[in-house]
Amino acid sequence: MWRQVLARLGASLVVAWGSITVAFLALHALPGQVEDILAGDLDYPGLREAIAAEWGLDRGIGEQYVAFVTRIASGDFGMSYELRQPVTDVVASQLLPTVYLAATAGILAFSIAVVLATLTSGRGRVARRIASIVELTFASTPVFWIGILLLMVFSFNLRWFPVSGAEGWRSLVLPAITLALPTAGLLTQVLRDAIEKTLDQPFVTTLRARGLSERQIRVQHVLRHAALPMMTLGGWIIGGLLGGAVITEKVFGRPGLGTTTLNAVLSHDVPVVLAVVLLAAFIYVAASTILDVLYVIIDPRLKAQ
Amino acid sequence: MSKAAISISIPQPLVDIEGLTVHFGHADGGRPVVEDVSLIIHPGECVALVGESGSGKSVTARTLLNLAGNGARITARRFRLAGEDAMRFDAARWRRVRGREIGLVMQDALVSLDPLRSIAQEVGEVVTNAGLLRGRREIEERVIDTLARVGIPDPEIRSRQYAHELSGGLRQRALIAAAIAAGPRLVIADEPTTALDATVQKQVIDVLSRRVRDEGVGLLLISHDLAVVAEIADRVHVMRAGKVVESGPTAEVLSRPRHVYTRQLIAAVPSATSRGTRLSSARVDFEAASGSGDEDGQPQPIRIIRDPLPPRPVVSGEVVLDVASIGKRYRRRKGVGGGRETFVALDDVSFTVSTGEVVGLVGESGSGKSTCAKIILGLLKPDTGTVRLLGKPWSDIRESERRALRSKLQYIPQDPLSSFDPRYRVSDIVAENVWGLSRKQTLEHIVWLLDQVGLDSGFLDRYPRTMSGGQRQRVAIARALAAEPALIVCDEPVSALDISIQAQVIDLIGELQSRLRTALLFISHDLGLIHHVADSVLVMKDGRIVERGPVDDVFFHAAHDYTRTLLAAVPGPFAAS
Repeated sequence: MWRQVLARLGASLVVAWGSITVAFLALHALPGQVEDILAGDLDYPGLREAIAAEWGLDRGIGEQYVAFVTRIASGDFGMSYELRQPVTDVVASQLLPTVYLAATAGILAFSIAVVLATLTSGRGRVARRIASIVELTFASTPVFWIGILLLMVFSFNLRWFPVSGAEGWRSLVLPAITLALPTAGLLTQVLRDAIEKTLDQPFVTTLRARGLSERQIRVQHVLRHAALPMMTLGGWIIGGLLGGAVITEKVFGRPGLGTTTLNAVLSHDVPVVLAVVLLAAFIYVAASTILDVLYVIIDPRLKAQ
Repeated sequence: MSKAAISISIPQPLVDIEGLTVHFGHADGGRPVVEDVSLIIHPGECVALVGESGSGKSVTARTLLNLAGNGARITARRFRLAGEDAMRFDAARWRRVRGREIGLVMQDALVSLDPLRSIAQEVGEVVTNAGLLRGRREIEERVIDTLARVGIPDPEIRSRQYAHELSGGLRQRALIAAAIAAGPRLVIADEPTTALDATVQKQVIDVLSRRVRDEGVGLLLISHDLAVVAEIADRVHVMRAGKVVESGPTAEVLSRPRHVYTRQLIAAVPSATSRGTRLSSARVDFEAASGSGDEDGQPQPIRIIRDPLPPRPVVSGEVVLDVASIGKRYRRRKGVGGGRETFVALDDVSFTVSTGEVVGLVGESGSGKSTCAKIILGLLKPDTGTVRLLGKPWSDIRESERRALRSKLQYIPQDPLSSFDPRYRVSDIVAENVWGLSRKQTLEHIVWLLDQVGLDSGFLDRYPRTMSGGQRQRVAIARALAAEPALIVCDEPVSALDISIQAQVIDLIGELQSRLRTALLFISHDLGLIHHVADSVLVMKDGRIVERGPVDDVFFHAAHDYTRTLLAAVPGPFAAS
């Protein structure tokens, strides 16, 4: 098994290196001078020369590539000329609020899915139909719309939660729910389908014949089987949460990577955009590596292969 | 014999059911699935329910656990489990019955044990759940002890493994261990040996019968296999369409069946004595078996008469398939995390099949039968040796060159459902093998082919999933015949079918073979079936052919130990003919 884990880690390093290479190629493939692209909307005497010196643009392309990879690998994403700050500082200061939001939303979505799917799977037709309609509604409603509705009801009318900002847990409640609902809707559908498929398996009859209650069967056996297809969605979910965070942060006026990214894109702050894109790629790679290892832990049949 | 007499002479029955009826669906929902079934099982007794699919035998058995399925409505004049009125049991009481008082062993442990949990977890769960033992060590000891009781060697090692890591026989024993770990007085075994090789089947039956003989548990055996029933059951109930049509001591029911259906079932089993006859035509010779329909008198063992098949074609010297010392090796990983070892799947296998000849290939799973079939079908390249088809090179040429000869070699699989495109209609499936005709001619030809296999033109637009197993196998035969092949490879073509359907399909294959002189390579684990259909037989073990010759020579005077083991594992004949 450790061999498989090591192989996965090696593969994920290759993917990370590949994404750095793609970022480098994209930067050089764009029409126009690299220093113009990196400068964005800014223009003052000496800026282009300073950028060219910092990025070593006078050197050969191969040398530049090696320098680029080395720099990124050591965690140095260069300067944001727009913000006059190292990119790493910009991203690091904004990463935490986003991670809080995405993690809370992810855990919330996962919990909702497990509880709802376990309760509604294999039940009567009416209960299933209702649950299915609710999930489909949430899965297909845009995040900003849910956010605006929640704001109107719970902040403007009921005044239970703050309208914007990131102070304390109360400011996290509405954004987390907003971000979690579409994901929860989809996860519940996938999970219930998987639970029902598993409940049709012959071994469930064996479990019933052992005197286990329906709840024991679902919690102790079936959920583990049903977790496998849900994990396949894991990478997609992380992408969805990160993407959704950008919009959610804007709607609720929260600081975070989403707001930073949006501002960077609008002001053509290419070094920051580049860093965010690479960061997203790394998170994606790390998540799918962890999921692959989890697969083997959950399903011992994969160990043999 | 009065019932009072029974209850005095022997201890209380584990199961005492009278007039059991099970309905599904609405209150007025038509015919019951189980109708008016009575069943008594005593400790130390094995009672068998036999019948074909849909006969209600499994529903009857699951009703004893109140697991007949969603929406099952159960009525009975008497339904007592170990003396208690089961009609009054609530959900909690039923859960105490399950596992602790009645254990269930199902078919195919690979899917009947939770594949994500170790054997120890699976066997231990029933003990923990029944609340019998609490301590971790005690449970572990019970698990090891139970695994040892069902004859699993190295139980400590096996208990840490998962179902997929065990062989079929060990896995099935682990399933039995999980069923008996909490010490139930009654074990229900639902097709416990189906899908197992003959020698493994024998071991599993031994494990079950030891529970009955040595530990005095009651065993309810559900099977479609009369041979297994004959081996182990004290009494048998024959079920058909939800009703028990005949019941009594096993030896008597099987040797002197009274009901027409029982006779059909027995007579439809292929064996040495049924060679050259139509299995589905079997009936009892009433003149020889005088009084065999009556209740009184001591009837003679029945005599079965069958109509003959058309005479077999003369086997000509024209060789269709020439397999010359083919071999195949695989590199596979040795155990968990270990190095690699070479696994010999096929070693120096040679044989020929001539026009009009039926060659049987027998062996247990893992013996190399499937590898051999794949190489002959040109789906796998042999490492050594060559295969020639109709005198031309076959195994050592490219697929594009093979295509011209492909139609001469056809294949009938075990389960046609998974080998048909589910979105193809019957006409599309058969049409795949019909070339060079106009659309109208093609359709006419397909109708003619379907007629040959006993299907009318109403099947043209049917989809495979809407058809029964026997009908699907007929379509598979029609598709094979459409190509006008010189050789058909039949891979366990009837082993998924009920016995009476099996008889019809074998008759059809036999009849068509006689008429068309097509050469057949017939692969099966069923020695009786091979003896019925084949001219000569190849016995395969560990990738080698260990014995070969005309069927009668090999099966009546087996020279090799392995052939004898195989033959000994086949439960003995139970019906005179």
